[in-house]
Amino acid sequence: MSALTFTLKLQPQQRVDMSSLVPQKLQNLSSAEIGALELQSGKKKFRVDELFSIEGSDAQQIVIQNSCDKLDFIGKEMDGGTLTVNGDAGAYLGLGIKNGEITVNGNAGLYAACEMKKGLVTITGNAGDFLGAALPGNKMGMKGGTILVKGNVGERAGDHMRRGNILIEGNAGDYCGSRMTAGTIAVMGQTGKYLGYAMRRGTLLLWNQPVLSANFNDCGAHTLAFLPILFASFKKFNSKFAQASAGFNRVQRYAGDMAEKGRGEVLVKLN
Amino acid sequence: MIINGVVIDETFAEAFPMKATRAIITAQNEKWAMISAQAMTGFATSVIACGCEAGIERVLDPSETPDGRPGVSVMIFAMGGKGLAKQLETRAGQCVLTSPTSALFAGIDGGTRIALGKNLRYFGDGFQISKQIDGKRYWRIPVMDGEFLTEATTGQVDAVGGGNFLVLAESQPQALAACEAAIEAMRKMPNVIMPFPGGVVRSGSKVGSKYASLGASTNDAFCPTLKGATKTDLSPEIESVMEIVIDGLTKEDIDKAMRVGIQAACDLGAANGIKRISAGNYGGKLGPFHFHLQEIMA
Repeated sequence: MSALTFTLKLQPQQRVDMSSLVPQKLQNLSSAEIGALELQSGKKKFRVDELFSIEGSDAQQIVIQNSCDKLDFIGKEMDGGTLTVNGDAGAYLGLGIKNGEITVNGNAGLYAACEMKKGLVTITGNAGDFLGAALPGNKMGMKGGTILVKGNVGERAGDHMRRGNILIEGNAGDYCGSRMTAGTIAVMGQTGKYLGYAMRRGTLLLWNQPVLSANFNDCGAHTLAFLPILFASFKKFNSKFAQASAGFNRVQRYAGDMAEKGRGEVLVKLN
Repeated sequence: MIINGVVIDETFAEAFPMKATRAIITAQNEKWAMISAQAMTGFATSVIACGCEAGIERVLDPSETPDGRPGVSVMIFAMGGKGLAKQLETRAGQCVLTSPTSALFAGIDGGTRIALGKNLRYFGDGFQISKQIDGKRYWRIPVMDGEFLTEATTGQVDAVGGGNFLVLAESQPQALAACEAAIEAMRKMPNVIMPFPGGVVRSGSKVGSKYASLGASTNDAFCPTLKGATKTDLSPEIESVMEIVIDGLTKEDIDKAMRVGIQAACDLGAANGIKRISAGNYGGKLGPFHFHLQEIMA
């Protein structure tokens, strides 16, 4: 069976809710039934086959071609299978994903992989603000799995994050790791202001020295035994993080946010 | 059956079901991994009084350990799961947590999960850090030499304890030489430990005693100084008997270890004073696992 492929035929005027096009909801549906499904767009509803041409039948492998940044909620609460987006993705990509793999060969908008539970979300371009964060008003962001971004990410990456890994090959915006409860965010590029703002626990693993606020205290230089194990777990990814040269175990450790519990840490690579 | 002049008795070793676990200790170098492993497996020769039987399975190359440092694999056996968990935790806490540069990892992925460092984390007094990596939970516990890294749990599996064979020789040095050769060969086998000092026990026991408070006492039938004083199992030329006890994850693991051990002892042969190989059993009434010597060596 070939991958179930949705090719966008026209650029929508309004944002489109793509949450119904996930493997578990399309399983056992014929091509005609899938085409007849309705997608909310602003105050209108479009049939799937009005917006997309549909090819293939394997709902465990979904491909969205010619995607654009108006397509929101791609892979929402997906529970297994793969979903590949060729082009940009809108907001709420992989919201609450329970399992499976989402790959975006392009950029992703706000709240990508927010409240993610398990699985892998890869974004080859840039991601917007609140990557892996909690929805507004919620207290719990990403709870597991891995987010890999090859470009840059916006502000508040990992806000309220609780578990899992966010791997950023590029730069991270302001407030990276804000209000983190636990988990790991690794940033190979530069980080913005207010890094780890109000973080309670968790690890911010950095390749470059950040500008730290006064409520992070220097704990000195250390060789940490868990880092080789952490880097070994990255080897399965198609990423700079998987390269042997990426690994290190010698870091400068800063504890914070001391205005919170102070059990979080910023680890900066030492050369 | 006779191998190189050594008589293999038509008898069997009798073994019992036990619970087992394995842990991997790593350190800055093999020396310190071994020191920690020796401490962890100390005073663990027999469940009769030690609470468990433990031993070093083998030295691990850095490429085989989770953190890429030199390591040692240790195994612990006990009669029940609760006892095993208790022994593992206290030994990990007192012997590995305390040992400079050490880290501690699970040695069995499957089985029932029992606490390895899960409760040791409280030593961190709130400064401990949890990391979940590839589905496994690790604890980073701040200690005075840096950080003690430990996996939260390891696996507990059903196992077999008490496999054994006896080496009967014309002199004490000859019996010991044969046992040393056997142990050297058996230590190359996976999934087994020989928990007694150096792998060898010279005080084999029988069930029961004339003293009501003792459950076991010296195996007088195999004591050479009692040849004329008890119902002996020894011929006149036997002056020394030593035993090798084997605990393993499966009956097959013990089978293989016994085979290479007995073969190594027999390789010295009658010319070096090794006269008989026998085994300890209780008439087959107590333990469900029987290791027939002649079948193993066939």
